[in-house]
Amino acid sequence: MPATLHTYLLLSVALFALGLLGVLIRRNTLVVFMCLELMLVASTLALAAFSRFNGTMDGNVFVFFILTVAAAEVAVGLAIIVALFRRRQTIQLDQLNSLKN
Amino acid sequence: MTTGQILFNLCAVFTLASAMGVVVNRNAVHAALCLLLTLLGVAGLFVALNAYFLAFLLLLVYAGAIAALFLFIVMLLDTRGEARPTLHRLPLVARILATGLLLAGVASFHARGRLPSPDLATVPATGANLKLYAYQLFTTYLLPVQVLGFLLLIAMLGVIVLSKKFEGPEGHP
Repeated sequence: MPATLHTYLLLSVALFALGLLGVLIRRNTLVVFMCLELMLVASTLALAAFSRFNGTMDGNVFVFFILTVAAAEVAVGLAIIVALFRRRQTIQLDQLNSLKN
Repeated sequence: MTTGQILFNLCAVFTLASAMGVVVNRNAVHAALCLLLTLLGVAGLFVALNAYFLAFLLLLVYAGAIAALFLFIVMLLDTRGEARPTLHRLPLVARILATGLLLAGVASFHARGRLPSPDLATVPATGANLKLYAYQLFTTYLLPVQVLGFLLLIAMLGVIVLSKKFEGPEGHP
């Protein structure tokens, strides 16, 4: 495939869709979280591609910000998952249903 | 094909294959390792886009810190694989529907999305210039940088509070 803007965006959309699919079908909270990271990385790829093909700097700077926010998000999210595991002894989404009914 | 072309094709296939690995792997450790490979592929794509600084940052922050953190937590929690899901009818239908919709979305983007793609040789590779990053971060984006600093501080405090064990009145945590 030629490395055009369209191809980069197609790749980014495919990665995002894969991440969303993982969020929808997986049961393990940790793996769902990994798929969320996949979606974030897909969006950074689109931003970097736009930046390269338009000759501007803003997309690259946004990638920089997204990386920082992702680092903070992962730290807090994993702390929440560990706290959850301590209290409930499970991280399977099927068994975390105390709000049901 | 030029070297850039070859790099792009290789990295694209590699990234998609390992992203698929993250989604379908039943073992959480294997999923985390596949995530690491995906990040390597995306870093390669950043190199193909001449954004060398971002590729380096991605490897340092994501592959170095985040993937390692995931592996560490998987080891800490010791979950023994995912139980084979009980297949209720409604969630199964919803999943198949969601997969179909996502595929349709990607296909329609490929068929309908047409953006002008200039020749890369005519466009300056701004991402390769470190000076431009510094200039942007300290002029146009100075406020977001400050806000991000506070965000990191708050995240650090939040993690400390979350991972502390609080004893309730009846001895319950």
